[in-house]
Amino acid sequence: MRLPAYLPGTVVTAAIVVAGALLMALLNLLPASFPLHVPDFAVSLTAKYLSYALLALAVDLVWGFAGILTLGHAAFFALGGYAMGMYLMREIGTRGVYANADLPDFMVFLSWTHLPWYWYGFSFFPFALLMALLVPGALAAGFGALTFRSRVSGVYLSIITQALTYALMLAFFRNDMGFGGNNGLTDFKDILGADLHAPLTHAVLLLVTALSVAGALLLTRAVLAGRFGRLLTAVRDAENRTRFLGYRPEHAKLLVWVLSALIAGLGGALYVIQVGIINPGEFAPGNSIEAVIWVAVGGRGTLSGAVLGAVLVNLGKTLFTGLLPELWLYALGALFILTTLFLPRGLMGLRRAPEAAAIAGEPAPVTPEMAVPEDAS
Amino acid sequence: MPDIPAWLRRVAAGLVVACCLLGASASAQVPDPFAGLSQTSFNAVAASVTTLAASGAPRAQAVITALGERRLYAARTGDALYIRNGSDYVDARSGAPARPDPDTIRSVRVNNRIREAVAGALALFGLTSSDPAIRLRSADAAYDSHDPAALPVLDRALAHEADAGVVHRLREARAAALLSAPGQAGKPGDAGAVQERIDAVRILAASGGLPARAILAGLHDQPAAVQAAVAQALSSIDLRLRLWSVAQDLFYGLSLGSVLLLAAMGLAITFGVMGVINMAHGEVMMIGAYTTWMVQQAVAAAMPALAPVSILLAIPAAFLVCGAIGVAIERGLIRFLYGRPLETLLATWGLSLVLQQAIRSLFGPTNISVVTPGWLSGSLHWGGLVITLNRLAIMIFAVLVMGALSLVLRRTSLGLEMRAVTQNRRMAALMGIRTPRVDALTFGLGSGVAGLAGVAISQIDNVSPNLGQGYIIDSFMVVVFGGVGNLWGTLAGATTLGIANKILEPVAGAVLGKIVVLVLLILFIQRRPRGMFPLKGRGVES
Repeated sequence: MRLPAYLPGTVVTAAIVVAGALLMALLNLLPASFPLHVPDFAVSLTAKYLSYALLALAVDLVWGFAGILTLGHAAFFALGGYAMGMYLMREIGTRGVYANADLPDFMVFLSWTHLPWYWYGFSFFPFALLMALLVPGALAAGFGALTFRSRVSGVYLSIITQALTYALMLAFFRNDMGFGGNNGLTDFKDILGADLHAPLTHAVLLLVTALSVAGALLLTRAVLAGRFGRLLTAVRDAENRTRFLGYRPEHAKLLVWVLSALIAGLGGALYVIQVGIINPGEFAPGNSIEAVIWVAVGGRGTLSGAVLGAVLVNLGKTLFTGLLPELWLYALGALFILTTLFLPRGLMGLRRAPEAAAIAGEPAPVTPEMAVPEDAS
Repeated sequence: MPDIPAWLRRVAAGLVVACCLLGASASAQVPDPFAGLSQTSFNAVAASVTTLAASGAPRAQAVITALGERRLYAARTGDALYIRNGSDYVDARSGAPARPDPDTIRSVRVNNRIREAVAGALALFGLTSSDPAIRLRSADAAYDSHDPAALPVLDRALAHEADAGVVHRLREARAAALLSAPGQAGKPGDAGAVQERIDAVRILAASGGLPARAILAGLHDQPAAVQAAVAQALSSIDLRLRLWSVAQDLFYGLSLGSVLLLAAMGLAITFGVMGVINMAHGEVMMIGAYTTWMVQQAVAAAMPALAPVSILLAIPAAFLVCGAIGVAIERGLIRFLYGRPLETLLATWGLSLVLQQAIRSLFGPTNISVVTPGWLSGSLHWGGLVITLNRLAIMIFAVLVMGALSLVLRRTSLGLEMRAVTQNRRMAALMGIRTPRVDALTFGLGSGVAGLAGVAISQIDNVSPNLGQGYIIDSFMVVVFGGVGNLWGTLAGATTLGIANKILEPVAGAVLGKIVVLVLLILFIQRRPRGMFPLKGRGVES
C-alpha cells in the first residue's frame, strides 16, 4: 500500500490559509486611505468562508475518506453554532431590550420566569466552547453507533442523515425548545469583553478562524496519514472485504464520523461569532447538500480541496447573489451537475489527473450495468 | 355573538312568553301578539318577533317576513301596523287593504339582533311546510338556536309531524329548547318537570356531537337529578367525540398516506429498478401541478364548457409531460452516472435547483391557484366524521394509480423487463434485454407517476415552485421505510407513516409529531436497514 498521494499539499494549504489571513488582518489595520487597505466587510466575509471551510473539511473527512455521503452535516455545524450563540446571548447581560440580567430577551418575551437547566453554564466561554464540540460529538457518536453497527450504508444512510437534520430543524423552530424558535439567537454584543462590532475584533477572529482551519487540516492529515487512514480508505473502497480481513469497519467509521462532527461543530461556533446570528434555517437539509458540493468542487478526498471548494463556491455565491441574484440557483444547480459529470475529482483532480486515478478507483467506462450495487462510493 | 347577551336574550324571551302565558291564564283575554312590534326599542321588537312566531297567529309569518324585508310600518301614534306592498299598504293584523297617511307612519327599523330573531322565527315557520326536507331544515335551525320561546311551536309541530326523521330531529330540538329555559334549582320543582328535563338530557346525549355538548355543558342551577344525568351525558358524549376524532385522524392519516403513496411510488420505481435516488422527483411533481394549472387555463380559454372536467384532462397531460421530462433526465444526465449512486444524488439535486428556478422565472415565485372543480369540493358528513371530497378522490386516485402501475409491472413486457433488470441487471442484459431502453422507460414511468402525484397535490396544497421540497423528504422516508422491493412495501410505508403522523399530531403537536416519526424511523432503520419489504435475490448486496 502506498503513501496517500493527497496529503503533502495539506501543510502548504494550512500555511497559505494562515499567512493569507494574517496579511489580510494586517492590511485591514492600515488607515482606510491607504491603497492596500482591506475593508472590514472583506475581513468578516473571509472569516465566514473559513468557518465554512471547516464544515467542508468535516464533510470531506467522512465522504472523501470513508465513503459516507452525509446530507446532514449542517446539523453538527448548527449545534456548534447554537452552543456558541448561547454564550454570546448570556454575554449580552442587561444590555438586551428588556434589560433582564437573568434571562435572554426571547425568554422574557415568552414570559418565562427562570433559565432552563440546559442554559446553565453557558455564561462561561470555556464551557460554551466545550459544548460546541461535545454536543455535536455526542449526537454523532449516538447516531453513528446506531447506524454503522446495523450496517446502514450508501444512499440509505444519506437519506437518514438528511432526516436527522430535518428533524432538528423542525425541533429548533419550536419556541418551547428554549432556543429562540424561529428567530434563533441574535443581537450579540461582545465576546470575552471584546466588542463584536469593532474592526480589531474581526481581524482577530479572522486569525483565530484561519488558525482553526490550519489546525483542523494538520489534525486530519495526522489522522489520515497513518494506519488508520489506510484502514479508512479500505473501508471506503471495499467495506465487506475489509470486514472479512478481520477489521471492524463500523469502528473506523464511527471514529472518523465523530471527529468530523467535532470539526463541524467548531466551524459552526466560529461561524456564529462572525455572522452574529444563528437560527433554525441553518439546519435546513439544503445547507448540508451545499456543503457537499463545496467538497465536490474542490476535490473530494483531498483535504486542501475541501478548503478551496468552500472558499471558491462561497465567493462565487457572494458575487453572484450581489450581481445576478435570480441566476444564482441556476449557477449552483449547474455546478452540481457539471461537477459530478465532468469533474468527479474536483479542481484538485485537475492538478494531478494522472496519479489521481490510482486513489479512489477510476470510474470505469459508464454503462448501466455498473449500477449493480457494490459498496457505495 | 357573545354568550351572555344571547343567554340573557333567551331568558328575556322566555319571560315574555311566561308573562304572556300567565296573562292568558289569569285574564283569559288573549294579549295582542303584535303589540311589541310597534315599539321603538330594538330589544322590544326582537323579543316580540319571537313571541309572535310562537303565538301561532295566522298573520305572523307574513308580518315577520315583511319586517325582515323592511316593509313593515308602524303608526307614529297608537299601535297600528301596516305592510307595504309596492305603493299599497295592508293592515298587518288583518291583511285588509289600508290607506294610512304616509306622514303618520314610520318604517320599523331593524338591527342585527332583530334580523337574527326574524331568521330564527322564519325558520320555525318552515316546520309547517308540506315539504319534509324544509321541515327537517327548520328543525335543524330550531335545534341550533335552542330558544325556549320556540317550545310551543315545537310542541305543535311534533303533534302533527308524520315523518320519522323530522320527528327525531324535532325531539332533539325540543329537548335543547327545554333545557335552555332558565334553571330551577331553587324551586322544589314537581317530579314531572324534573323527569322531563332528564329525558331531554338523555335525548341530547343520544344525539351526541359538539352542539349537544355545548348545550349540556352550559347547564347550571339544575335539580340534582338533572345535573347527574347531565354529567353522565357529557362523559358519554366526550367518549363518542374522542372515538370520532380518532376516526377523523385515521381519515386524515389515510389521506396523507395516499398523497405520500402517490409521491413515493415513482420514487420506488426509479430507486428500486435503477438504484438511482432522484432528488429532482419533488420538482417533477411540482411540474405536474403546474401542468394541471396550464391545462385548466387552456381549457377555460378554449372550451369553457369542459372546465369542470379539465382536471381529468390534466391527468394524462401531466403524465405525458412529466414522463417526457423523466426520459430526458435519464438520457441527458443520469445514464452518465450509473454505478455512482451518491453522485447521481448530487447531480439530481442540482437539477432540482435548476427546475425550481426555471419555474420561478416562468410563472413567478408566488402560489398559483389551481381550481378545484365543484364536484370535488365540499364534504360528506357521516356521524362525527367529515370526509372532504377532494381528499377522498385522491385516495381513490392513489389506489387506481397503484393498481395500474402493478398491472404494468406484472402484465406487460416492459414490466417483465423492468423486474428482470431490478433482480439482476447483468443477467437481464445477457438475456438480451436492452437495459438502457428499460432504464429510460422506467425513469419516464416513475416521473410520469410523479406528475400524477402533482395533479393530486394541486387539489389540496399550495402550488408554488417550492411544492416539491415539502414532499421529497417524506417520500424518501416512505421508500426507506417500505423497502424498494415492491409496491406493497410502498403502500405499507405510506399508510403507516401517514397514519402515524396524524395520530401523533393531536397528542404531541404537529411539529413534535413529525419529529417523533422521524426519530422512530431512524430507529426502525437500525433493525431493518432495507425497509419492511426488502428486495431478495442474488443481485442484492448483503
